[in-house]
Amino acid sequence: MANYELQDLIDWDARIRDKVEEFGLDCYPQEFEICDHSGMLGYMAYSGMPSHYPHWSYGKSYEKLKTLYDHGVSGLPYEMVINANPAIAYLMRDNTLLLQILTMAHVYGHNDFFKNNFTYRTTRADLTVETFKAHALRVRRYTEDPSIGVDLVERVLDAAHALSWQCRRNLAIRKLSRDEQVARAIEAAQPRSDPFKKIHRPQEFREPEVHRVPLEPDEDLLLFIRDYNPFLAEWEKDLLTIVDEEAKYFIPMMETKIMNEGWASYWHKKIVESLNLEQGLHLEFIVRHNQVIRPIPGQINPYHLGFRIWEDLYRRYTDPTPEEIKRDGAPNKSGREKLFEAREVERDTSFIRRYLTEDLMREMDLFDYQARGGDLVVNKVSDPDGWRDVKETLIRNIGTNAIPVIKVEDADFGHNHTLYLKHYHDGRDLHLEYAEKTLAYLQRLWGRECVLETILQGKRSQLCYNERGFSIRALK
Amino acid sequence: MVDSIFREYRPSDAERSDRSAGDRLRHRQKVREAIRENIADIIAEESIIGKDRDRVIKVPLRGVKEYRFVFGDNSGGASQGDGNTKPGQVVGKTGREGKGQGEDMAGDRPGVDYYETDVTLEELVEIMFEDLELPNLERRALREIETERASKRKGYRHVGIRVRLDKRRTARQRVMRKLASIRSAENRAGAGAADGEEEEERRFPFHQDDLRYKHIEVDVREESNAVVICIMDTSGSMDTMKKYLARSFFFLLYQFISTRYRNVEIVFIAHHTEAREVTEEEFFHKGESGGTFISSGYQKALEIIAERYHPSLWNVYAFHCSDGDNFDSDNPAALRAAEDLAEVCNLFGYGEIKPLGSRYYESSMLNIFRRLEAPNFHTVLIERKEDIWPSFKAFLAKDRVKESA
Repeated sequence: MANYELQDLIDWDARIRDKVEEFGLDCYPQEFEICDHSGMLGYMAYSGMPSHYPHWSYGKSYEKLKTLYDHGVSGLPYEMVINANPAIAYLMRDNTLLLQILTMAHVYGHNDFFKNNFTYRTTRADLTVETFKAHALRVRRYTEDPSIGVDLVERVLDAAHALSWQCRRNLAIRKLSRDEQVARAIEAAQPRSDPFKKIHRPQEFREPEVHRVPLEPDEDLLLFIRDYNPFLAEWEKDLLTIVDEEAKYFIPMMETKIMNEGWASYWHKKIVESLNLEQGLHLEFIVRHNQVIRPIPGQINPYHLGFRIWEDLYRRYTDPTPEEIKRDGAPNKSGREKLFEAREVERDTSFIRRYLTEDLMREMDLFDYQARGGDLVVNKVSDPDGWRDVKETLIRNIGTNAIPVIKVEDADFGHNHTLYLKHYHDGRDLHLEYAEKTLAYLQRLWGRECVLETILQGKRSQLCYNERGFSIRALK
Repeated sequence: MVDSIFREYRPSDAERSDRSAGDRLRHRQKVREAIRENIADIIAEESIIGKDRDRVIKVPLRGVKEYRFVFGDNSGGASQGDGNTKPGQVVGKTGREGKGQGEDMAGDRPGVDYYETDVTLEELVEIMFEDLELPNLERRALREIETERASKRKGYRHVGIRVRLDKRRTARQRVMRKLASIRSAENRAGAGAADGEEEEERRFPFHQDDLRYKHIEVDVREESNAVVICIMDTSGSMDTMKKYLARSFFFLLYQFISTRYRNVEIVFIAHHTEAREVTEEEFFHKGESGGTFISSGYQKALEIIAERYHPSLWNVYAFHCSDGDNFDSDNPAALRAAEDLAEVCNLFGYGEIKPLGSRYYESSMLNIFRRLEAPNFHTVLIERKEDIWPSFKAFLAKDRVKESA
C-alpha cells in the first residue's frame, strides 16, 4: 500500500461507520478485501463472486477487461461490492488513502441499498456466496463426469446464457403456480352475475382451456423449457436452473442501477463531507467525487443521473421553491424521510417516472434520438412539449426495459410440439442476426422447432428455427 | 453499529488465485476453432502474405460471439447533451457501441462483438497446418541427419543393467521394506510374544524388488534440411494478379516447410525464355517481357540442386507457377525436364494461374503435364484467391516419402 497502512483504513472505517449510524443507514455487516489489479479484474469477470462456475465467456470477459485496462482505455472501478450478507467489497490496494475513504463510504451506501430496497428481497443475501459456490460445484461435477464432460456442459450453458435474461423482471410479483392459473382460468370462465339476466341474451359459456401449456404466456424461458421439455436429462435441467437463478440474482441490480449508484454517491458525499478531512484530502475528494458523478455528454451516466435525482428530491422536501409548493403542495414529510422511503419502495423505472422533474431534465439537457439513415438524430429535447417523450424513451432504455419482452405462448403449436413465442413489440424491432442465432440456441434446448412472432419493419412476421435452419415467414 | 472486517492483501494469495486461467484457456481454444473455420478466408486476405513470422495480425472472429435477443437499429435512445441540444441535431452514427447505457450487465445492444483477435503469424501458420489434417504426413519420417547424441537421466526403473544400479536408492528401498515388515509383524502378533524376532532381525537380505536402476535415455537431435525452390514465369503475360496468386502459394509452401524442417532454404528462380536465380524482391516485383520457355526454369533448378542441394542431404520442394503460355516447341523439353525434376524432389508441383475467364483463350500446360506420371508431381489450377488453400491442400497430399539415403 502506498502511504498508509491497513490500520489507517480500519481507523477511517470506524469513523465512517459512526457516520453511517448517525445518518441512519441500515447496513449488513461489511467485509472489505484488499486486492490488487489482477485480482480486481478477476472479480469483475465473475461479477464479484468469490466462487463461480467456470465458462469460457468469463475468460473472454477477463481478456477483454484486461486488454482495455492494459491499453489504458478504461480504468478499474475503485470498488466492487456484492449483494450478500455480510456484504463483500473489494478495495484496490494501489488506490490513494482518499480513494479508499471515498470508496468505503460509497460501499456502505450500496450496502444499505441492498439491504433495504424491495427488489433485493428475492435475492436471499444470506445465502449468496454459498449459492454461487454450490452452483460452481455442481457445474464442475458435470464437467468432470465422464458421461457428460465439458463439451456437453458448454452446449447447454452457451444456449442458456443466450436466454438467461428472458425471465420475469419484477420478481416482487409472485408467479402463479400452474394450479393457481387453472383456478383463475376456471374462475374467469364462470358466467358473470347479471342483475338483468332476464332481459339479456344468455351469456355464452366458453369452456376454459385448462389443458393448454402454458395457460398464461410465460416469460421464464429457461424454466419453461426445463419443465416442459421431457427429453432433458436431470443435469441439463439443473444447468438451466442454475443459469436462471443467477440471472434472477442480478435482475434487481439491473432494475436499480441508477437509484443504487445515485444513492451510494449521495451518501459517500454526505459521509466524507462530515468527516472534516484535512485540506489536501478534501481537495482530492472534490476532484474524485466529480469524476465519478460527472455528466458524460452523449451518454447517460447512472451515477450522475441518480445523484441528481436524489439531491433534487431532498431539496424539494426541505427547501421547495414557491412554484413547486404551488404545483405539488407543501411537503408532508422531511427530506430525509422521503429519501429513505423512496430507496425502499422504488425501482429505476418508477423512481425516474416519479422523481425526475421537467426542470431537472432541462437542467441536465436530456434528449432522445432516433436512427435516421446512418445517423442518430435528436428527436425531442426536454422542453415543455418534449420532456414527457424524452422521459418515456429514457425509461424504455434502462435496466431490463432494454431487453425485449418475449413470452412463450404455446408449447404445442400446430400440434407438433413447436414452441411458439411472441415478442411483445413496443416499437423497437429485434436485431435480426442476433434473433436468428439466439433462436438457434432456443431450438437446441427445446429440441424441436421454435417460432417467434414479432414485427419487422411494420410487418408481422414469424421467425422460425427448425432442423433445416432459419426462415422468416410474413404474417397477414 | 454495523460490523466490518478487513481482509488484508496477501501477495501469495494473489499469485495463486489466477481463477480465470481455465476459462481463458477455454476461450482461447474457442478462438482457435473460430480461426480454423475461417482459415481459407484469412489466408486469402492479402495482408498476411509475405509478412514476418513474429508479426501480430488481426483476425476478425465470429465464432465466439455471445448472442441474445436485443433490439435492432430502430430502437433509439435517450442521453444527456452538453446544454443546448436542438431537435434535428446529429449526435452520432448508428451501429456504434457506446450510445445508451454503457456498462450494462445485459449488453443490451449488439456490440463490437465480432471482435478482432491478435494472433502471431506463427500461431496462424500452426493453425493452418492443423487444418490440413494430413495425419500420414505428420507421421512420416523425414530425411534426417542425427546431429547430437546425448544421454539424459530420466527417472528410475525396477529393471536395468547392473552398471546402472543405484545403490543408494536400492538400500533405501530395503530399509523401507524392512520397517514395513517389522510393523506388520507387530500388528500380526499383537500383544503376543516377539520371540523369534530377534534372530530374524540379524538377516534381512536384499530382494529383487529393492533394486533400483537409473534410467537413461538417449537424446537424439536431428538436423533436417529442406530447400524450397520457387520457380516463376516472369514473362510478359504474367500480370500483377497472377503474381500475387503465385506469391500466396509460395508463401504457404515456405511456411509449411519451415514448420517441418529445422533448416530451410529458399531459392527463387525467374524465367522467361531463359532462367536466372534472383532475390525475393526481384522475384515478385520485377516484371519482364518476352516469351516463355518453361524448360529453362526447370533446367536451372536442376543445376542448382546438383550444385548445392544434393538430394541425399536435402529435402527438395519445387513449385512452379506459370500461366501456361509456353512456346509449343518447348513443350517436349519441358516435359522431360519436369520428369528429371520430379526424380530429385520430394514434391514437385506445377500451378497454373488463370484468373477467371482467361482459361478459354490461352493455351495450357496442364494437358501436357498430364502425361507425366511421377507420383510426387502434382498440378493445380488457380483461378481466384479462394482456390489457393484447397489447391495447396491437394498439393501437399502428394508429398511422398523418399527413402533415406
